[in-house]
Amino acid sequence: MAEYETHEHDVLVIGAGGAGLRAAIEASAAGVSVGLVCKSLLGKAHTVMAEGGIAAALANVDERDNWKVHFSDTMRGGQYVNNWRMAQLHAQEAPARVHELEAWGAVFDRTPDGRILQRNFGGHKYPRLAHVGDRTGLELIRTLQDHGIHLGMEVYMECTVVKLLKDGDRIAGAFAYYRDRGRFVIFKAKAVVLATGGIGKAYKITSNSWEYTGDGHTLAYDAGADLQDMEFLQFHPTGMIWPTSVQGILVTEGVRGEGGILVNNKGEQFMYKDIPDLYKNQTAKDPEEGWRYCQGDRNAQRPAELLTRDHVARCIRREVNEGRGSPHGGVFLDISWIKSKIPNAPEHIKRKLPSMYHQFKELGDIDITKEAMEVGPTTHYIMGGVKVDAESQMSRVPGLFACGECAVGINGANRLGGNSLSDLIVFGKRAGEFAAKYAKDKGAPALHNDQVEEAARWTLAPFERAGGTEGPYQIQYDLQNMMQDLVGIVRREDEMLRALEGLGKLRRRAQEAKVAGNREYNPGWHTALDLHNLLTVSEAIARSALVRKESRGGHFRDDFPAKADKFAKVNLVVRKGPDGQMQLEEVPIPEMPEELKQIIKEMG
Amino acid sequence: MSSTDTQIMITLRIWRGDANGGKFEDYRTPVAEGMVVLDAVHRVQAEQANDMAVRWNCKAGKCGSCSAEINGKPGLMCMTQLTHLPLDEPITIEPMRAFPRVKDLVTDVSWNYRVKKRIKPFKPRKPDASDGTWRMGQADVDRVQEFRKCIECFLCQDVCHVLRDHHLHEEFIGPRFLVHIAALEMHPLDTEDRLPELKEANGIGYCNITKCCTKVCPEHITITDNAIIPLKERVVDEYYDPLTRLWRLVWPKKNPNDV
Ligand SMILES: Cc1cc2nc3c(=O)[nH]c(=O)nc-3n(C[C@H](O)[C@H](O)[C@H](O)COP(=O)(O)OP(=O)(O)OC[C@H]3O[C@@H](n4cnc5c(N)ncnc54)[C@H](O)[C@@H]3O)c2cc1C
Ligand code: SF4
Ligand code: SF4
Ligand code: FES
Repeated sequence: MAEYETHEHDVLVIGAGGAGLRAAIEASAAGVSVGLVCKSLLGKAHTVMAEGGIAAALANVDERDNWKVHFSDTMRGGQYVNNWRMAQLHAQEAPARVHELEAWGAVFDRTPDGRILQRNFGGHKYPRLAHVGDRTGLELIRTLQDHGIHLGMEVYMECTVVKLLKDGDRIAGAFAYYRDRGRFVIFKAKAVVLATGGIGKAYKITSNSWEYTGDGHTLAYDAGADLQDMEFLQFHPTGMIWPTSVQGILVTEGVRGEGGILVNNKGEQFMYKDIPDLYKNQTAKDPEEGWRYCQGDRNAQRPAELLTRDHVARCIRREVNEGRGSPHGGVFLDISWIKSKIPNAPEHIKRKLPSMYHQFKELGDIDITKEAMEVGPTTHYIMGGVKVDAESQMSRVPGLFACGECAVGINGANRLGGNSLSDLIVFGKRAGEFAAKYAKDKGAPALHNDQVEEAARWTLAPFERAGGTEGPYQIQYDLQNMMQDLVGIVRREDEMLRALEGLGKLRRRAQEAKVAGNREYNPGWHTALDLHNLLTVSEAIARSALVRKESRGGHFRDDFPAKADKFAKVNLVVRKGPDGQMQLEEVPIPEMPEELKQIIKEMG
Repeated sequence: MSSTDTQIMITLRIWRGDANGGKFEDYRTPVAEGMVVLDAVHRVQAEQANDMAVRWNCKAGKCGSCSAEINGKPGLMCMTQLTHLPLDEPITIEPMRAFPRVKDLVTDVSWNYRVKKRIKPFKPRKPDASDGTWRMGQADVDRVQEFRKCIECFLCQDVCHVLRDHHLHEEFIGPRFLVHIAALEMHPLDTEDRLPELKEANGIGYCNITKCCTKVCPEHITITDNAIIPLKERVVDEYYDPLTRLWRLVWPKKNPNDV
């Protein structure tokens, strides 16, 4: 093993988005040695793209808000298959985590009395999202980055982990390569925290970047951890659809929070046509009431545009399918109309939504203060992920922790906007804290040469396949198209069976994919390696979606369009069987304690 | 949807090579309405040059990864519309020049991360309220928020002649980090004093206010007027104005209200 660069840390954090950085900060503060690995440059992780805000019941704008309301909103949004303990911890701890960001230099938008301003977002009863215009993610990641680099953690940038290493049952470290030179590097660690984000690159139309290939999900799965709720995928209702080259890029829900309306080609505000029972008494009767809500009228209810994302996405799909769509196959999202309501509307829009203004101006030649945007659903977020203990974030593999988007629990069947950024800092902190504690309690694990050699062989295999006929990109495109068509927003048994068959074929093609060039900064090689992850999470999604014969949250079945009581009580878990095949289990959801049930009842 | 996509052929002239040298290679590729330079580069990468190195993440001007020089002009590849360029001639794309080359369009920007680590971090005053929180008005944070829009694309570093032509990376931290210091110094809650390093280790004196940095900033931060000049003034006040010096002896800490 001497030939490979090796680093030893108490805690190795894989991923430097909000969750990974927060975990690394907490572990460093606990006085253990921390390594932080990321595929991109520091500060460029997905978190940087988050726009709308961080959900926390600070009650700065509406004093009726508190953790109980936030908890029950989160559970309702998740259609009650969430891990209720995580939803509770999240709601209780988010305010302190947000205040901590301010102590580390974050500069949120302010209320008139000088506190952190909060905005409306879908599914949140009160204005709850702390934000900075529409670049909240940048503020979050930069604050954590600038705070973290002074705490003594070692950062390994542009370094991709391909395998986790184990010592018996427990975690022992990770095997990775540097993207620039292609050199291998070994991390020996007592505890490993996965914070690798999502899987959006399994789909053709997505708001996610190249990094979102389900690496953490797959690393954990291959190491023997459980994945749960993989059928629950969030399609964000408003992605850009035109020009084609920007398809999928996100248009923040903040647009609707500021009063933006969704309109079909007949000029109807179609969201008012179908309001789910669960939200009837929380939703405005008409657009006029909805606008009053956006203006802060406390007696008004939320506009129908701010119903949960799964529902809005399906309504858009319906409008398009029934011939009421916009010219490029979406619907219209209009914020410019507010000029009929408030003075200086263009300045107001530019101030509240600067990067949306910028994005449409530069990429679409559209001035959103003057005309409507065209939008349609885009693959955005995966609720499913590595199953962890609610308090400590440890998976069933001793020493392997997970937090952020790659972990599962708080969101259930559908995530509320803003609940991810708060999830990152609440559970990132917990993961860092408990990983440090675990590392302090345990002796050093041993590294096993055979695992390292096997990982090295596997990683170099794409160069060895002289006989291969195709490069990795075509396989990736075919996978993305197939998942988009067959396991997308609306699902059917026959299509998903075809998808599973297709995945088998794609896996065989991936095992033959060859790459050109050498190991230096070679995206073709990187893509060939990522295919294994994309295929694994795609299979987990398809298998879970096939078994959940009902529609709930982000999972919609054309052949089972209603909710089923049977599935209200279970989560679906996949793990790697002894034969290497994917196994699926229906796991009952633990009974919620009386006090939490009471809270949900009270909040109506 | 794609029926409305009309495609035309263009030529991309992309620098290929590594730290040891390289050359421009021409690639013919079809492009459609609305495509940005990064899309065309990706298309070449997927179809003709699988191993071509290029950094990117968000494809929406938010992460600052895809900086390069396009027809000689530093910019973000993901925010440069092809239709804004003359397409009847080759479009040249080369890596940033102020940093060592790694491969193709990727440069080694690690120097920037080392510089940032040297700058004294944020140090807040005591909380204003008993619950451990602070009060700041929107007007007090507007300027700092402007600076905090920075996406660390390092394009301003790339164009600054002090770094690009004179390679004074050891003496001068560059516009990006002057913006960073300005954001800290003008933060209403901060109590740290960074003026001594500004003059010495950070080399603010090297900046001769050419404003090239401001012109390329994709976040439209008024780097020179709003960040660098006020910092220069503070340095002057602190070190060359005897009255201020005396004042500082009596009030060694920065007065939190003087922002
Ligand atoms: C456009 C957009 C807007 C959004 N807006 C909001 C919002 O307003 N509010 C909200 O709450 N949520 C929002 N979300 C969701 C939220 O941003 C993400 O869920 C969240 O940022 C994920 O954070 P994370 O820390 O889990 O992972 P990320 O920030 O994605 O970080 C993942 C890290 O893991 C690293 N990594 C991955 N694989 C490997 C590997 N194999 N080896 C080494 N490193 C690896 C990556 O390099 C990266 O550093 C938005 C998402 C998008 C895409
Ligand atoms: S204004 Fe100063 S920092 Fe900016 S480019 Fe000119 S010399 Fe460099
Ligand atoms: S100041 Fe502007 S140009 Fe410089 S790094 Fe930041 S965003 Fe880029
Ligand atoms: S890819 Fe993020 S700025 Fe261009």
